[in-house]
Amino acid sequence: MTDVAAEAETGFAIHPMDQFIVSRWFCHDDAATVINECTANIKWYEITNVTVWIALTVLAIIALMVFGSRGRAIIPSRIQSVGEMLYGFIYKMVEDVTGHEGVKYFPYVMTLFLFILFANLLGLIPMSFTTTSHVAVTVTLALLVFLGVTILGLVKNGIGFLGMFWVSSAPLPLRPVLAIIEVISYFVRPVSHSIRLAGNLMAGHAVMKVFAGFASMAVISPVAVGAVTAIYGLELLVAVVQAYVFTILTCVYLKDAVGGAHH
Amino acid sequence: MATEAHEAAAGSSAGMPQLDISTWGNQIFWLLVALVVIYFVLSRVALPRIGAVLAERSGTITNDLAAAEELKQKAVAAEKAYNDALAKARIEAAKIVAQAKAEIQTDLDAATARADVEISAKTAESEARIAEIRANAMESVTEVAKDTALELVSFLGGQADAETISAAVSARLKG
Repeated sequence: MTDVAAEAETGFAIHPMDQFIVSRWFCHDDAATVINECTANIKWYEITNVTVWIALTVLAIIALMVFGSRGRAIIPSRIQSVGEMLYGFIYKMVEDVTGHEGVKYFPYVMTLFLFILFANLLGLIPMSFTTTSHVAVTVTLALLVFLGVTILGLVKNGIGFLGMFWVSSAPLPLRPVLAIIEVISYFVRPVSHSIRLAGNLMAGHAVMKVFAGFASMAVISPVAVGAVTAIYGLELLVAVVQAYVFTILTCVYLKDAVGGAHH
Repeated sequence: MATEAHEAAAGSSAGMPQLDISTWGNQIFWLLVALVVIYFVLSRVALPRIGAVLAERSGTITNDLAAAEELKQKAVAAEKAYNDALAKARIEAAKIVAQAKAEIQTDLDAATARADVEISAKTAESEARIAEIRANAMESVTEVAKDTALELVSFLGGQADAETISAAVSARLKG
């Protein structure tokens, strides 16, 4: 509490990480910058700002994909054509990357893509909470893909699924070495898959917050406001691109399971 | 600096909120709920509907293209029929023109022949008249010559009868 008073005196304080604090939704505390009653001992079932923004994400997806397409029009309305474009884009991606076999997992890939895309975009609304900037969320998403692909591969291909670690096109003495590298890279997948998404979003939002903090200094505020604007545009790109990257990597991993041994 | 003091204080108390394991249960629970809801809404309602709309649209477009192709074929056929009819009509017209020309020629020939006959008849008649007129003229000349000779002889004091003089004039005219 003492440092809050000190900041109030100087009038200059940047808390770039405060935007990521999880707190109870129906709880008001004036000193909500550090751990307090609103952020301590949160149970798994409680309504938090994470819950609210995840719920908004779900509502946005339903609004676009269900209410947007309720006209079932041959000549689509604007919102219906947006839903159709997303559908066509992801469907083509799944079909191109995983082949015809993978098309039956299209709803799951679509779920991931839409959730990440909308969570990223809603997180760009000022004062909002970016659920995908949290490692807990992205690790869960990545582990679902990792475990799903591994179990699916073992069920579909049996022990032959392990053949993808044994690079039969390499010279025989190299194969054990390559097998070790392949196994390591396989188990690193969920880590890179999740940290990439969370790290990109967290870094972008923190940088924006830092520049926004600099805007309170009159001398550099024009530069800071310009920088926030520019970075906001960049973050818009990052939000879409990271959703795309997560989804296409999911498709690439899925191909290992449904497409048999890879080369 | 106050900022540094805050960093130190915040670092000890909060740090990166992402690494606060105590909130993970909450986040993961609500995320799983959301994913299940999204999955069921998409797989039961949204994706079949959009897929059906897209399939229907591509079907409609294919049908329309086929219909357009058919209409184009019909248009080509109609143009061909039109051109055929036009060509046939031209040939017919040429035939009619030729026939009319032939008929006119026949009429003309007949008229010409009739005119020729009339002309030759008229010519013959005229020639007969001319011959008659010439004969009359000769007779008149002979008569005038006989009368004149008789008058001359009697004026010169000669005694001559009409028969002698007329015989002499006739002989003279013949000679």
